[in-house]
Amino acid sequence: MQDKSGWNPYAAGALSGLVSIGSVYFVGKYLGASTTFVKTTGMIEQMFSPERVAQMPYFIKEIPAIDWQWMFVFGIAIGAFFAAITSGSFRLQTTPDMWAAHFGLEGKSRAKIAFIGGIIAMFGARLADGCPSGHGLSGCLQLSVSGYIALACFFVGGLFSANWLYKGGGR
Amino acid sequence: MELLYGLITGVLFGFLLQKGRVLRYDKQLGALRLKDMTIMKFMLSHIAVAMVGVYCLYDLGLVKLALKPTLLGGVVIGGLIFGIGWGLLGYCPGTSLGAVGEGRLDALWGILGMLVGAGLYAEAFPYLKTTVLTWGDYGKITIPQVLGVNHWVVILPFLVLTILFFRWLEKRDL
Repeated sequence: MQDKSGWNPYAAGALSGLVSIGSVYFVGKYLGASTTFVKTTGMIEQMFSPERVAQMPYFIKEIPAIDWQWMFVFGIAIGAFFAAITSGSFRLQTTPDMWAAHFGLEGKSRAKIAFIGGIIAMFGARLADGCPSGHGLSGCLQLSVSGYIALACFFVGGLFSANWLYKGGGR
Repeated sequence: MELLYGLITGVLFGFLLQKGRVLRYDKQLGALRLKDMTIMKFMLSHIAVAMVGVYCLYDLGLVKLALKPTLLGGVVIGGLIFGIGWGLLGYCPGTSLGAVGEGRLDALWGILGMLVGAGLYAEAFPYLKTTVLTWGDYGKITIPQVLGVNHWVVILPFLVLTILFFRWLEKRDL
């Protein structure tokens, strides 16, 4: 499972911690990602029924517009693309290696599980008011009680569903 | 200007996520199946470094904290639901975009699902607001506040425990 082309995860993680400090110092922003999905959905829904969106309490709370975090999440894709291209680790893939080893290379069932998983994950993240970045990184680094409880619950839920999905061992 | 800062921060963060190899489904599922703790190493290193930096700046009065309320109904139930979805999707909201950036097209289905999930939550919000989101609200609290101690009294043991945990992971080759 070792991937020699990558950086040491401790070093990459520590450097990303410096990015976090810079963001808090220069802009006063703690990293987070899941609110961006709410804003994007809100913007899409606005195209079809602006009156309805304007009345929905959740979109009044989280105004559907491009903000700091939206640009941050978008930037992650660009940064990852640049890092992958320059190191030759960019690879177009519809089924991840672990998935393919266990369930085969067929992309449709992977797409279905990813889609359903996405629905469940985002519903939960919004209910929890954060994801592994907002609660897990930003919450924990501030020693927020909510961050540690959320991170523990994320892992408990994930241990349950990942091991259920791969029950029977696999490779 | 704030938008530009957001973009720059995202590019740097995405670059490091990719270099640390934490964007991958195999790494995320590896952690959830307790086979490969790369994402734990990345996350805890981030937390440890940023914790020291942010609290130093905080002591100097240069930054503010932005805490999320400890609302047990939402955090525990939402956290468990998120976890279940995460185990199926194999990407989290932030890493899904990065995964697309390195060519993992299955993450697009996850992103689509997450947009639908956000829409469903917006529909359910008025109901949840008067039920789950009222259960066990302790407000914006930190661990040092709860213990009634200075934050460094918590940070130093945290750093020691993190290093011991890293050594344990390396010994077990996880």
